[in-house]
Amino acid sequence: MELPIYLDNNATTPLDPRVLEAMLPYFTTKFGNAASRNHAFGWVAEEGVDYAREQAAKLIGCTEKEIIFTSGATEADNLGIKGVFEMYQDKGNHIITATTEHKAVLDTCKHLEKLGAKVTYLKVKEDGLIDLAELEAAMTEQTILVTIMYGNNEIGVVQPIKEIAAIAHKFGALFMTDATQAVGKIPVDVNADGIDLLAFSAHKMYGPKGVGVLYVRRKNPRVKVTAQMDGGGHERGMRSGTLNVPGIVGLGKACELCRLEMDAEATRLSALRDKLESALTVMEESYVNGNTQHRLPHVANISFKYVEGEGLMMAMKDLAVSSGSACTSASLEPSYVLKSLGLSDDLAHSSIRFGLGRFTTEEEIDYAIENTKKAVNHLRDLSPLWEMFKEGIDLSKIEWAEH
Amino acid sequence: MAYSEKVMEHYTNPRNVGTLDKNSKSVGTGLVGAPECGDVMRLQIEVDENNVITDAKFKTFGCGSAIASSSLATEWLKGKTVDEAMTIDNMDIVEELALPPVKIHCSVLAEDAIKSAINDYRVKNGMDPIALPKSHH
Repeated sequence: MELPIYLDNNATTPLDPRVLEAMLPYFTTKFGNAASRNHAFGWVAEEGVDYAREQAAKLIGCTEKEIIFTSGATEADNLGIKGVFEMYQDKGNHIITATTEHKAVLDTCKHLEKLGAKVTYLKVKEDGLIDLAELEAAMTEQTILVTIMYGNNEIGVVQPIKEIAAIAHKFGALFMTDATQAVGKIPVDVNADGIDLLAFSAHKMYGPKGVGVLYVRRKNPRVKVTAQMDGGGHERGMRSGTLNVPGIVGLGKACELCRLEMDAEATRLSALRDKLESALTVMEESYVNGNTQHRLPHVANISFKYVEGEGLMMAMKDLAVSSGSACTSASLEPSYVLKSLGLSDDLAHSSIRFGLGRFTTEEEIDYAIENTKKAVNHLRDLSPLWEMFKEGIDLSKIEWAEH
Repeated sequence: MAYSEKVMEHYTNPRNVGTLDKNSKSVGTGLVGAPECGDVMRLQIEVDENNVITDAKFKTFGCGSAIASSSLATEWLKGKTVDEAMTIDNMDIVEELALPPVKIHCSVLAEDAIKSAINDYRVKNGMDPIALPKSHH
């Protein structure tokens, strides 16, 4: 076993060696521009792109023509939301999303608010799921788009996508989902789920960084988005720019591997995740954040009360994880996702996200369990809050000097 | 963000972790920060009849820099008179630990903890608390 151990697979994943192998020729011998229609170099590149498009389509159950390649999920989110807002502005200006969305969605919505959009940010319940009744109540005749993520990047909860889509459609709105954390990890089928637009990225599923997909439905209904990047009219005019052929080939290979191996991988990872989670939550005052029934197989988000996340990560020095603690980012606010669940700030500061992946082994999980336990105990020995808790002092009754 | 070697050193081998008897007249206790803000420091000093700090202990809930700042503070406090201890400035801690700008608040908290412990000791022993400038964060 090599140290440090990578358990931050929600941030990014390593490239699968099989994906790299598929990509390599497209940097050198097969370097052509996929848009070059009149020579073999272009045709070979185009074949690579076509195969990738087919694999991406198969993974989410759509047709090849509905796949628009982008530079990643952030661009796909931007194109989907801004593109729908612009295309359907005669129909209405209301967009519904949720407070726990990724910044690529939230900040895009904020941007559109400046351009005249009306945006509803749905709160989530304590378990991280949205309230369907609240969604229905928020729908108006002006609502053109509901955009709710498939699986959450911090806590892994999976939203009731099918039900959300049905409500959106009932009111004549389109339904979009940022499925970056879900595609390739759990079965996603745009037709079964009723999804009109869907964004995902290759680097969260063992593919390369810098390439992603926006799925745009072509039938029932035919959805159109206004291009946000003008130029040569690539990708059916929705996203101009010379195709990133090696990246797209890598995305395609990654999609293929996920489709073939997803079931076995999900079973293996959820067993490892459960092992990690149950071993860590036997410790006093440790809590799993988010719904534990409806969730991705590879994420565990745990708060260890009375220790601070960044300090804790320093003690877990051979483990690469992430924390909802403020101190990990430049802003001093703790995770807005955890706060949206109604978690108090101190619990949000005490959270650690473990993101398992294809290359995580049981040996690594065993090591992570021991290492985390040791770190938590070490920091609790240093923690005045833990001492006060042990003495039976009610911390909420203390007048803290806010700073 | 990488930590400086000195922060890592204090974090890995924190000095003077522990608890003094907060009810003793010779002990001053400072508890500063707030759990919601992600850091709480408790710093205690024990003072002898010559006004010399003979022992100092801390416990801290917070990031590595907060733990290192309080560990360093206890190290500096031991052997100083109370008056000398009052002159410890947060920027001395920043310099010693090479804290980056986003971690300066950890040193501020440590300075607050020192002053708050001294004032607790003063009040317990019939002296007026020293007026502290309003915390700068």
